[in-house]
Amino acid sequence: MITRRLFCSTLAAIGILSATASDAQERFITVASTTSTEQSGLFGHLLPLFENASGITVRVVALGTGQALDMARRGDADVVFVHDKAAEEKFVAEGFGVKRQEVMYNDFVVIGPKADPAKAHGTNGKDILEGLRRIEATKSPFVSRGDKSGTHAAELRYWKAAGVDLDARKGAWYRDTGSGMGPALNTAASMNAYVLADRGTWLSFRNRGELGIIVAGDTKLFNQYGVILVNPAKHAHVKQADGQKFIDWMVSPEGQKAIADYKIGGEQLFFPNAKR
Amino acid sequence: MITAVHLRVFFVLSSVLSVSSEVLRLMHEFNEPLVTAWQLVAGADARLAGIVLLSLRVSLSATLIACVAGMPIGALLAVGRFPGRRALIVLFNGLMGLPPVVVGLLVYLLLSRAGPLGQFGLLFSPTAMVIAQAILVTPIVAALTRQVIADAWSEYREQLRSLGASRPRAAATLLWDGRFSLTTAALAGFGRAIAEVGAVMIVGGNIDGVTRVMTTTIALETSKGDLPLALALGCILIALVLSINALAYALRAWAQRRWG
Repeated sequence: MITRRLFCSTLAAIGILSATASDAQERFITVASTTSTEQSGLFGHLLPLFENASGITVRVVALGTGQALDMARRGDADVVFVHDKAAEEKFVAEGFGVKRQEVMYNDFVVIGPKADPAKAHGTNGKDILEGLRRIEATKSPFVSRGDKSGTHAAELRYWKAAGVDLDARKGAWYRDTGSGMGPALNTAASMNAYVLADRGTWLSFRNRGELGIIVAGDTKLFNQYGVILVNPAKHAHVKQADGQKFIDWMVSPEGQKAIADYKIGGEQLFFPNAKR
Repeated sequence: MITAVHLRVFFVLSSVLSVSSEVLRLMHEFNEPLVTAWQLVAGADARLAGIVLLSLRVSLSATLIACVAGMPIGALLAVGRFPGRRALIVLFNGLMGLPPVVVGLLVYLLLSRAGPLGQFGLLFSPTAMVIAQAILVTPIVAALTRQVIADAWSEYREQLRSLGASRPRAAATLLWDGRFSLTTAALAGFGRAIAEVGAVMIVGGNIDGVTRVMTTTIALETSKGDLPLALALGCILIALVLSINALAYALRAWAQRRWG
């Protein structure tokens, strides 16, 4: 009998130990954002500053832009912070977001093997459309995110602008990986392929192999980030006041300075451009 | 004079040499992660400790729930006689192969604000991760328990019947009797829970300091291209799982000596 009691009390002890799932009731908001802001380390730099200033903890779920907006549509986030203007405007127009505010920008870069077999670098390494045309013309391996992220949407826009009909031209050279920025870069590094990346993720990416920046600096490669409060009229539980505080801080001189201050290896990753 | 034997010895030696140089290269490849792993552990990194504790908390809770639910189910499937029993046995055996990502998606849709259980706001919390892992692990515990109890049942069936034990009573007796063997079922469940990444990534969201566990951290570091750190964390996770199994083995042996 005593053994059974011991057994049961052990079970109970494990139960109590493990059922500490009652998380401390802290003041927090949930932000649906992109892998580029999280993996570049920007949030690691920004959020402690905001948390100190406001006492509000920010919980970031990092996804592709498409998925982040989708999560917010379901009401699972208070704020979205993403980079696909067309999709963001649609989100607001549908009534899911209150208002879109621009926060900062960085730029996309074409990453590829340093030897540049497709000669995508061209004459000055600044022409994204010509670069893509050359990659397609030589059927050089190209890794696509293929995950409806902001970067994927941008990539598809560039192909279209370059006059390359992907549906007709897609072949073994075009690898649709359906993965985040990091995994796509890992894939590109392992097969020496070209890939479109945001500069932030590239700068903080470590497994570069033979890859380097091939095309950069084209004004078309501009990558704008916007922030939107999820509409409390659609989802009543949205933490409107605290979410708005976060947005206000991001576009405030203090937040904008914090964004500009974030550097990797002396290089600034994001450029604040909130309109006031 | 070089004979065939000499040649053979030469070939064996050279292949041993080339294999060992390959091993050396691999050792070098794995050296950095091991050093990193050691530094993380020795440095008692507070963030790492938090991640490890959360992993243990979530997976132990899920395993506990799975045992409480799965062991009686398994025992009843072993000794019971009711219509649909065989179908249920096949179902539970099949569900051992539940894809974590599918479970994650289902739990996500359930707990999402737009879903049926949305009002509780459980998404992106450790509780959501426990729920997903418990669903994943229960069939494993139930199916393995059924096997253990079915074997015991065929052995003690007559004895239990002659004592006039009802089937549920017999199931309970056999569960208690087989408690040492059943640790394997619990450990198999725990192994599945602590190792999976697909479900906790979706329902937890991999939020830093809130729902980030070992496997999602490893996935994240891999994404960042920091493969040595990812592998270092992998080494720590494997060491953790091994120690828990060793601990369970020792406890079981001790308990069996003491009360077996």
